[in-house]
Amino acid sequence: MKKMIAVLLLMPLALFAVDNNDALEDPELQERYETITRELRCLVCQNTPISDSNAPLAEDLRNQVREMLLAGSSNREIYSYMTDRYGDFVLYKPPFVKRTLLLWLAPGILLLLGGTVLVRTVRQRAAMPIDDDDENEEEIE
Amino acid sequence: MSRFLAPILILVVLVGFFFIGLHKNPNIVPSPLIGKPAPQYELPLLLKPGETLGTEKLLGQVYLLNVWGTWCFACRAEHGVLMEIARQNIVPIYGFNSRDDPQKARQWLADLGDPYVASMVDTDGLVGIDWGVYGAPETFLIDQTGIVIHKLIAPMTMRIWHEDFLPLIQQLKAARP
Repeated sequence: MKKMIAVLLLMPLALFAVDNNDALEDPELQERYETITRELRCLVCQNTPISDSNAPLAEDLRNQVREMLLAGSSNREIYSYMTDRYGDFVLYKPPFVKRTLLLWLAPGILLLLGGTVLVRTVRQRAAMPIDDDDENEEEIE
Repeated sequence: MSRFLAPILILVVLVGFFFIGLHKNPNIVPSPLIGKPAPQYELPLLLKPGETLGTEKLLGQVYLLNVWGTWCFACRAEHGVLMEIARQNIVPIYGFNSRDDPQKARQWLADLGDPYVASMVDTDGLVGIDWGVYGAPETFLIDQTGIVIHKLIAPMTMRIWHEDFLPLIQQLKAARP
């Protein structure tokens, strides 16, 4: 009985094994294969990488990645093969180009902006006399 | 009052971004092929398996390439529209039968009518990858020199045909009769 429960509990895990391909013989290639298929978006079900998607297209693209790896292609060659056909959108990590400048720089700009406001506010507050006649502060105290 | 100005400004900008974002369809991925030569390929024909067609052989004419399959629900919906476009006889439509059972595909054309001058068969979907096909139906517009001019990733409708495709086709034909 206990064994059966254990088996039943493990069953959902088996569902995640989408990729039916045998592992590549060369462990280094297999590692690259896993990295690349995790970095490529499946266009049919857009929020999954092709490594986790059972859409027929994802399967085809996984096979393509394997074949290219076995043929000696570099990671860069494989990524550009994909973007030549499907556009930058297939990459989970968008390239740093003019069109994506705002996307890449926005976090830094916002941090800088927020930091500046924070520093200024803190300095202003520090410069204020302690006996401020702000009603709210009195209430809290 | 001025202390509220900055937050309100930021809010307005953000709302602007979100508003535009809301009206974009994330399922439509722009094709990097637009403005570039169509991929080179040659595939057997559905109805004449001994013959082949491909980019090279289709040069010299403006044509539509329509990706379809019997497994594709929306293809059935657009089929009548393709029939109508074929009747207008303005541009030839070539079919690109993707990942399909040829037997079923032939039956489909026999049942619903055949709007295609010819349908090419891409059983394993490999040529489809070169075209960046990720769903069906998809319709490409290719010019006389084999350049991909436009791509529709949705079922064709008469409205899309009149508004998006016809003006482009007329332009292409006027430039190179």
